[in-house]
Amino acid sequence: MTSISEQFGREDWSRFSSRQKWQRFAIFAVCALAIAWSISSIEVVWAWVWDAPGQMGDLFQRMYPPDTTNLATILRVLWETVNIATFATAFAVLMSLPVAYLAAQNTTPNRATLWLGRLILVTSRSVNTIIWALLFVAIFGPGVVAGIIAIMFRSIGFIGKLLGEAIEEIDKRPVEALEATGASRFKVIAYAIVPQVMPTFWAVAILRWDINLRESTVLGLVGAGGIGIILQGAIDTFNWPEAATVLLAILVLVILGEVISAFLRRRIL
Amino acid sequence: MLKITDLVKRYGSGDPVLKNLDLTIEGESVVSIIGSSGAGKSTLLRCINRLVEPSSGSIELNGTELTKLRGRNLRAARRKIGMVFQGFNLVDRLTVMENVQSGRLGYISTWAAIMRRYPKQDIRRAYELMERVGIAHYANTRADQLSGGERQRVGVVRALMQDPEILLADEPTASLDPKTSEQIMGLLRDLAGELKLPVLINIHNVTEAKEYTDRIVGMRYGRIIFDDKPAQLDQEAMDRIYSGSPHADRSEDLRQAS
Amino acid sequence: MSEARDTWRKPPFIANPVVRWAVYLGAIAYFLWVGATMPIDWGRVADGFGRAGRIFGGAFPPSFERSGLLIDGFLESLKIAILATTGGVLLSIPIAFMAARNVAPLPIYYLGRFVIIVARSFHPVIVAIIFVKAVGFGPFAGVLTLVVYSIGFVAKMLAERIEEIDFGQVEAMRAAGAPFFSTMFYAIFPQIMPRQIGLTIYQLDSNLRASAVVGIVGAGGIGATLANAFGRYDYDFALAITIVIVGAILISEGVSGMIRKRIG
Repeated sequence: MTSISEQFGREDWSRFSSRQKWQRFAIFAVCALAIAWSISSIEVVWAWVWDAPGQMGDLFQRMYPPDTTNLATILRVLWETVNIATFATAFAVLMSLPVAYLAAQNTTPNRATLWLGRLILVTSRSVNTIIWALLFVAIFGPGVVAGIIAIMFRSIGFIGKLLGEAIEEIDKRPVEALEATGASRFKVIAYAIVPQVMPTFWAVAILRWDINLRESTVLGLVGAGGIGIILQGAIDTFNWPEAATVLLAILVLVILGEVISAFLRRRIL
Repeated sequence: MLKITDLVKRYGSGDPVLKNLDLTIEGESVVSIIGSSGAGKSTLLRCINRLVEPSSGSIELNGTELTKLRGRNLRAARRKIGMVFQGFNLVDRLTVMENVQSGRLGYISTWAAIMRRYPKQDIRRAYELMERVGIAHYANTRADQLSGGERQRVGVVRALMQDPEILLADEPTASLDPKTSEQIMGLLRDLAGELKLPVLINIHNVTEAKEYTDRIVGMRYGRIIFDDKPAQLDQEAMDRIYSGSPHADRSEDLRQAS
Repeated sequence: MSEARDTWRKPPFIANPVVRWAVYLGAIAYFLWVGATMPIDWGRVADGFGRAGRIFGGAFPPSFERSGLLIDGFLESLKIAILATTGGVLLSIPIAFMAARNVAPLPIYYLGRFVIIVARSFHPVIVAIIFVKAVGFGPFAGVLTLVVYSIGFVAKMLAERIEEIDFGQVEAMRAAGAPFFSTMFYAIFPQIMPRQIGLTIYQLDSNLRASAVVGIVGAGGIGATLANAFGRYDYDFALAITIVIVGAILISEGVSGMIRKRIG
């Protein structure tokens, strides 16, 4: 009668083979090196870093209690923020339809239009809303127009990409059936493709509205309208109690937006 | 009258799926095509309404040559060819009425199609046909709420709404249970009689083919090797249709060629 | 029903006619009224088209002359993203456990959820201006901002994963008499590790994107370089920076997608 370890001739076991161990070690080493490089070369005044918790505490103390004397103005501008997000989403939804049509492999007329569609999507998606806003403030001057157009430009890529993917994933059999009835291309799209992508369309539009609500709160920091202008003003004049009110208002707005979009999603889908 | 002459279809550079095929369907007969999977039944049907482009040969429907048509003329020809599919191919998220009316898309204006303002006579016709197959009470129901048999009835009504000169059915009962399957076959036979419509049915189930159709065409690897009354389909013919493999068939070709 | 009907209407999307018309009219009224009352200076907007021509004229060809500045800015963004991801992911783990209903006691659960909601609700740019005021201009404010941003996403997703874990494994460990931390390491971590690695890589990618933006309000990185270029009407340099940002984002998106696919 021998023990199991004698039978198998060994009594040690390790989770990974040596090759796997080396691989994991290499990955850890690369990560550690990247972090070490970042810490050692980043331009930071370390005294400030150790001071930071105190500074933060001090800041929050100065914010309390929030000052609500300008609440009426804050709420009015908050409403303007909502309008920027809503208008921009509405325009973006309309404009992303043709882009999605071009960028989906199974609807696009030819290869040139496919690449045109993809180019529009990539450009729109890779430039952040704030950077778009910088550009449009320079063009159209400070105000809501720059904000609406900036959000719209960023949203077209987001909505168009998801919608285009939805078009590529449809069930192709109804399309075949309607082609067999002698329907024109446009009618095939209207009857066989549109109904299939409708749920995605609404879901994406609602999701983007929710995101845009958040984005529109910061447009004001670069002069493109909305609540950000008031926040910037309060912070620049060290009016921390009012800044606290604005921050709370934004928090409520964003949570409300999330509740509304969750409700709409449930009703529509 | 549907007249197919010397039809060839090959995908890429491989062996043809249809090999110099001739077939004529006259009058209002119900014809079934049987054969094992890969025999080319489905390709043959799809060549007729050009969902699949034939490589060469001619297909003539009531005097119109179908293989040369393009664009508007092709669509006009397709209007006259109804098709029923194995997977029903309904638009799930539309109502039964919209699915049925989509058979008229080749006739009505784009505006009417988008606004769902269908002509009165189309709606009356739709109700008549739906009543006939027993789905009229589902007009406002979404297609994905229906059972398989009901969905195939919608598919049949959609095809009939086209006012077709011929009806093609590609394995119309393969996704259905045996009882529903018999009902649909009976329906296709009866409707063919009532509407004086020739019907061409691809089917796997030989018992149903014998019972519900007037003529059976047996295909094997791109060729028609049997074409006669159901009563003539004996065991020997069945063996010829359903035996062998594409490979065996090809080597036979090679022997003949050499 | 012997006589076939000849009219048919598509059943409306909202069955109740009162609600239906209220929704339709409400939407129309909203867009008309808000559209008409928006504070828009149309003259100024019309001027914009001429200005757009000048800006794009000034932006072409993009100028890579000051590429030293460009590379420094970009590297700083990269460092901010790496440090913020490290800090954010490490902090996310305890917060995610706090915010997972199946492991945390109720008061802790609410605290964890609250932290996540606050971190998610504020756009990184808003968080950035507050940190810039608190700890001064520069990359440190950027790192803190993106730590908060990372917590908002990583902790939320991780908490959801923890709520889905198979608790049988935890029970098996406890049944074997394993102490608390051994249970964590053997029964819970293996279940959340793949998700955690995927989230980390995804977050590194998003932090790199976000770090380009927080610089605009003074939190360091290439965003600061971009905002300066815009401020000085150096549109050709601004375009060069934008091209670099877009290129970096595309590369990082591709790499992160590839790694996440390999991990599965």
